[in-house]
Amino acid sequence: MSDWERSSTARVIPPARPRKLAKVPFVELADGRLQGVVSSGSDIGRVYVSSVATGTYAFACSTNNNRPCGGARGYFCNHIGALINEAVLQYGAERVVRYLKAEVPEGDVDGAGLASAMRSTRPPMDETKAAASVFSRFLRHLAYLEHAPVTAPLPEMQFFPPTRAVA
Amino acid sequence: MRAGLLAEPVEGLDEALAAVDAFDRALVAGLLRPQPAEDTGPTPLADAVAGTPLAARVAEAAAKAAAGAADEDHFVALAAARTALLGSVHDALLNRVEEATGRSRGAEPAPPAGGQPAANLLTAARAWLSDLARGGWQGLDHEVVSGAAEVVSVMLPDPSLRRLATLLDGFAAELAASCPGASMERFPVRRWADLWSRGMLLTVPGAAGTPVTGTADGRLLPLGIDVQEHATAAQAQVHAVFEPADGSAPRLVRASVSVPKPDTVVGAGIWQLLRPHMSLLAAAGEGRSMDLTGMPVTAEGDLIWSDEHARPGTPAEAFTTARVALPTAAAPVTAPLDRHPARIAVPVFLEGYTARTDDDGVLTFTVAGFDLVVDTDRIPAAGPLTPEAVARSGACIALIRWDAGTFGVQPLAVETTVRKKVASVHAGAWAGGTADKAGVRAEKAATDAAKVLSERAGRLLRK
Repeated sequence: MSDWERSSTARVIPPARPRKLAKVPFVELADGRLQGVVSSGSDIGRVYVSSVATGTYAFACSTNNNRPCGGARGYFCNHIGALINEAVLQYGAERVVRYLKAEVPEGDVDGAGLASAMRSTRPPMDETKAAASVFSRFLRHLAYLEHAPVTAPLPEMQFFPPTRAVA
Repeated sequence: MRAGLLAEPVEGLDEALAAVDAFDRALVAGLLRPQPAEDTGPTPLADAVAGTPLAARVAEAAAKAAAGAADEDHFVALAAARTALLGSVHDALLNRVEEATGRSRGAEPAPPAGGQPAANLLTAARAWLSDLARGGWQGLDHEVVSGAAEVVSVMLPDPSLRRLATLLDGFAAELAASCPGASMERFPVRRWADLWSRGMLLTVPGAAGTPVTGTADGRLLPLGIDVQEHATAAQAQVHAVFEPADGSAPRLVRASVSVPKPDTVVGAGIWQLLRPHMSLLAAAGEGRSMDLTGMPVTAEGDLIWSDEHARPGTPAEAFTTARVALPTAAAPVTAPLDRHPARIAVPVFLEGYTARTDDDGVLTFTVAGFDLVVDTDRIPAAGPLTPEAVARSGACIALIRWDAGTFGVQPLAVETTVRKKVASVHAGAWAGGTADKAGVRAEKAATDAAKVLSERAGRLLRK
């Protein structure tokens, strides 16, 4: 076995890179989708739940109350564009491209380049109605702020050293 | 330090690890299918513990697993055997470190853990881990992995279940990022078997207890801060020398604070979450001792910190502590279930070494003619210490660690000489806050991120 395979502290996922959260408070690569939550530009109480599926790039965008986004009829809307941009900031372009199985031109790619590469395949609307589950994952994510710190030691964290490597 | 001792072979190590590796490889393919041969899979694990009280149960479990017919209790027995074997590896390695550093170990045996079982949650966690073992890493898919989410969500609010919850959460995130297993080219074989076995053991009611065995009164002299983190949790551990007020021998202790976090809270944001719960972070950051009165402590040397038992003391430079107090401080004993090579983190003071960086950026200290690899990747990004500063240093406070077959050191602080003046740089210097320009910027970015998340939480969570 290689050293990496024999290591108890092998790094498997690079940490999220810091980014501004105001526009897109939540983005993740999960459930076979790039998915997340985008703040509405006009109404502070409203958020959009947006997603792009791996492989097919099937996309969806609606409010958390399941009202469809007016901009996402047939095309990626601005919310989806913002979601892709922030995913690239948080995870690095390579990981996002790999997860979505996107075909992008050789060389460095940014969020806009990735979005246009997927858009050019004329992806379908996603009819799976995943908004509710994505939104509940966002709430679960926010709930992490509510857990109290403890001062009893967690010996298990010895298996999770930090890394300076970035995505 | 007699660094050369760290390079000498440890008797029995290769044999023990070979048995561990055989089992770990079986977890790649999964324990649902019969094992191809006698010397693969769980059988060597059973052979390795044949002379111990675990023998009968593990032999039965290994036989069932080799036939592809193991149940949950068998999985627990196998995890126990693997943990016991790595516990013996831990002991042998730690003996070697103590020989090399000349440190004596305290004699107080750690008491068996006890605690409140929350049986249904532990059963759910065990069922998930058992599913993982049956399918193996190659059989990973989103459906299997997502089974952890609900268990973790229910466990996290309960501080007494934090150990298992935090472990499963970090483990599941790695598994999810690696789905589907069938398309993975390689697996972190030992790591995932480590996490799986630890999880399995922690599902045994009472296994996760950290019993308090006394109180500490005296002076606490911080050496440095070690940070650990995964996407949704972080822990800071302050390593320190404790000088009891009754004049008894000084000893090494740790104080820990940990918290679950959203994955977008990183860097300085972690200090901001931890800071309000342990005044020691600021004291360690600014080079100050603390006076303890009645602070609860475990046999493992872990202070169960609460600010009401501590007040700021006199300035105490960590390098003075490392030079004067560290050499005579006794090390505590590791709790039986926590014995694992990854748990080894022995504070040591190094000087008179030469540092060199190879073409791949790997930094090595040559100490008394012996090479020690420096794990610069563990230096937290939210701090002033950098790999470059470590490479220029003339003295270093570090933790001796062992991984993937070799000893190495993790720097906590270094002394560098700039224009004939000695300056010290600490990895945890920003723990309590900082006036450093880069630090202030990092703090501001972290505050903004936290503000957005709490605003969203306030608006959306309680609707």
